[in-house]
Amino acid sequence: MPKEFKRDRLVQVPGTALLPERDVERSPILECRHLGIDFGGLRALDDLDITIGRTEIAGLIGPNGAGKTTVFNLLTKVYNPTRGSVLLDGMDTAGKTTAQVNQMGIARTFQNIRLFHNQSVIDNVLIGLHNEMSYGMFASILRLPSFWRAERIARGRAMELLSIFGLEVHADELAGSLPYGAQRRLEIVRALATNPALLLLDEPAAGMNPSETVELMENIVKIRDTFQIAILLIEHDMNLVMGICEGIAVLNFGKVIAKGSPEDIRANPAVIEAYLGRKGAAQT
Amino acid sequence: MKLNNTKRKNLLTYAVVTVCYAVFQMLSLGGNLSSTLKGMLVPICAYVVMAISLNLTVGVLGELSLGHAGFMSVGAFMGVTAAISLQNVIVSAPLRLAIALIVGAVFAGIVGFLVGIPVLRLNGDYLAIVTLAFGEIIKSVFNNLYLGLDSRGFRLSLLEDRTNLHEDGRLIIAGPMGIGGIEKIASFTAGFVLILICLAVIFHLVNSRHGRAIMAIRDNRIAAESVGLPVTRYKMMAFVTSAAMAGAAGALFALNYSTVVANKFDFNTSILVLVFVVFGGLGNMLGSIIAAATLTILPEALRGFSNYRMLIYAIVLVLVMLASNNEQLRSMLSRIIPKRKEHTHDA
Amino acid sequence: MSFLNYLISGISLGSIYAIIALGYTMVYGIAKMLNFAHGDVIMVGAYVCFFAAAKYNLPPAIGILAAVLVCTTLGIVIEKLAYKPLRQATSLAVLITAIGVSYFLQNAALLLWSSSPKVFPNFFAQQTVNEAGKKIKITGFQLFGGQLRISYVTLVTIAACLVIMAALLLFINHTKLGKAMRACSEDKGAAQLMGINVDATISLTFAIGSGLAAVAGVLLCSAYPTLVPTTGSMPGIKAFTAAVFGGIGSIPGALLGGLLLGVIEIMAKAYISTQMSDAVVFLVLIVVLLVKPAGLLGKKVREKV
Repeated sequence: MPKEFKRDRLVQVPGTALLPERDVERSPILECRHLGIDFGGLRALDDLDITIGRTEIAGLIGPNGAGKTTVFNLLTKVYNPTRGSVLLDGMDTAGKTTAQVNQMGIARTFQNIRLFHNQSVIDNVLIGLHNEMSYGMFASILRLPSFWRAERIARGRAMELLSIFGLEVHADELAGSLPYGAQRRLEIVRALATNPALLLLDEPAAGMNPSETVELMENIVKIRDTFQIAILLIEHDMNLVMGICEGIAVLNFGKVIAKGSPEDIRANPAVIEAYLGRKGAAQT
Repeated sequence: MKLNNTKRKNLLTYAVVTVCYAVFQMLSLGGNLSSTLKGMLVPICAYVVMAISLNLTVGVLGELSLGHAGFMSVGAFMGVTAAISLQNVIVSAPLRLAIALIVGAVFAGIVGFLVGIPVLRLNGDYLAIVTLAFGEIIKSVFNNLYLGLDSRGFRLSLLEDRTNLHEDGRLIIAGPMGIGGIEKIASFTAGFVLILICLAVIFHLVNSRHGRAIMAIRDNRIAAESVGLPVTRYKMMAFVTSAAMAGAAGALFALNYSTVVANKFDFNTSILVLVFVVFGGLGNMLGSIIAAATLTILPEALRGFSNYRMLIYAIVLVLVMLASNNEQLRSMLSRIIPKRKEHTHDA
Repeated sequence: MSFLNYLISGISLGSIYAIIALGYTMVYGIAKMLNFAHGDVIMVGAYVCFFAAAKYNLPPAIGILAAVLVCTTLGIVIEKLAYKPLRQATSLAVLITAIGVSYFLQNAALLLWSSSPKVFPNFFAQQTVNEAGKKIKITGFQLFGGQLRISYVTLVTIAACLVIMAALLLFINHTKLGKAMRACSEDKGAAQLMGINVDATISLTFAIGSGLAAVAGVLLCSAYPTLVPTTGSMPGIKAFTAAVFGGIGSIPGALLGGLLLGVIEIMAKAYISTQMSDAVVFLVLIVVLLVKPAGLLGKKVREKV
């Protein structure tokens, strides 16, 4: 039974960008302009232009090997782009490190889960809250009052964040001992802890069953509504993408082949071709 | 609960150190300690500090260092230089010792920072080989360093003695001869206090946002960067802290002997300390302390076997590594000693 | 002209480092471990050759052969007893074990052969009689009216290094066993699935590396004839540095790294300072690794995110 989520209509704004209706008045949170990267001689990604609104839930889809995760790696500076630029809230991320980009407001999860497996669930979130605390090295060595105060507040905040996904009961277990689905959710909590303006989710529903996926969809919308942030997700589960995304970009062989609302994408012949191959054409 | 387990383990570590100190101090005062063992108390303390400080780099930060003795060397030479320079200024020996340890720690920390700039940009085995290289460079420098003190202040020269000291002056560091005529002001009590301070610094650092960041970087660097942790800064924090502690240990060690030479702090010493850390368990401070103390005493205890003792030591080393990594033995042990279940209820 | 002299002795020393570095780099390539006991295998090789030649008066060729045989066996035995059980263990555990083996070899040598230095015979000298009718040994020849002196040991060392390098490259690139070695170093699991005997291949690698160590030991002690149980330590560390310098895991890298290290060391001794030459060598290593973090010919692997 697919649940209906409230989604805004996409509106064309000057400069050929599409934004959800409610975000039109405000400048977009993310703008990629002609973004591209080469690996050796291979053009892994070319001429990517995407714009994401302040509170938009956007999707990035495409066949395996299309370059979706590469986009995330470029946005978070794991790779440096060969061409083009990334503007976060109007500020260029050129020359920034992964950590600096996170502090500017981009947080992410990973396709192959990258938790701190040997640390407790709450410690994983506290690591995400690192930059929310400000006490120095001497405060921690000498256990000054500022240390205790910051730690107490951070712990409270961590439990609050964990409760979004009902993970607070597992707070003291090792992150690596959680079931797969819970690990994916913990990664989202950890990313949220860094107080992002844009959250990147790399295949959040991978390995989840249909009912877990529906729950995840509800939670993604809830996160957007509660924190008023933008979310860009990579996903193969079309029910999820079509159910909650407002804008969708389709990537194939490192190029954007379609952009638009779920309805537009569903009807786009280029997308159908990319996913199903050329209709009836027995290529030689 | 995990946190309480950590806390309990930390308290146990303090307790073990304190009890050991009390027992040996009483034995020593009661005259029940052989003179060899008595002479080893301060070196044991120094090696314990070396082991826990290296454990901060290898166990907590997760980077292999093969040049830790280099920092010990810096601490030893600078600490002793400070102690000698202040001989006529500060009468109280314990105060002079404290200042020497601090000076040793500060200089080793500075060298740690300078070494860390290139070293921490590398990974894995490459990082290890560069720490080895720095250890050898530091040894070479002290083997060729001449430092004198006269009414004009400190006079420094490299390769040959060109300090041209006035008659009132004293050549403190004499190249390959090192430093001689040191007043032995190091004491067991000072060693004990130093161990406690280092333990407190490590435990407090580890259980704070800084320690969590350091361990996050160790466990998954890319994830750590993605949540906004400045990797180099935290690697540096752990590395410099570790170097500074090694410096204090070096000063303590050197002030227990009448002479100190650079060759004492060579590659073999670095390896020796690394063996303590691996034997004691990565990240396990109590383990490091026990391993450092036992393995420092062991060669002395084996003195009866004279020539065979180092051979036995080598065989023990290999056998322990083989046994501790043997799957069958491990599963047997885990059946005998059931792992404590982690409770989720907050106490 | 003195520069040319230094250059030649640098290349000669570098050739020895290169032969030792080959052992490090091959073992690292296939077992991903730093075999710190490698330097001590050199020492064992030198002692075996010394006793064969000086004690039992066997011809040098037999002595060298005996050294190679003993060291090859020693390498296989060490691998089987100490390293093979640790295939799944952490690299740190393997490192400590290698150090344990190194201590063992040094102390066993100390007990067997004592710490008093042995003077290694020069195999590469000609016996002649001079004008005064006295027997003398000619250890080399002179060029440009005595300005350039080249000893036979130097020539033999450089030639041996080149021959070994060429043979090894042929073996690795053009034989079935060589292909198996390359496969194992890239992916042991996949190699096993393709029917390659991984254990045998690793043993073979240790055998070759240790055999080369024996040759290096003989050449080293022919050039620097003082033999003690710790003879292998420093050259071992230097050769390891050379392997990293050239890019550990790369065979041409070991040659390049070894030669450069030897030349830099001799030049530093000649023009900077004898006592500080080691420091200069290590400083150059650090600078190289900063510019090329995987060594001169090493490949950088990118972590998949």
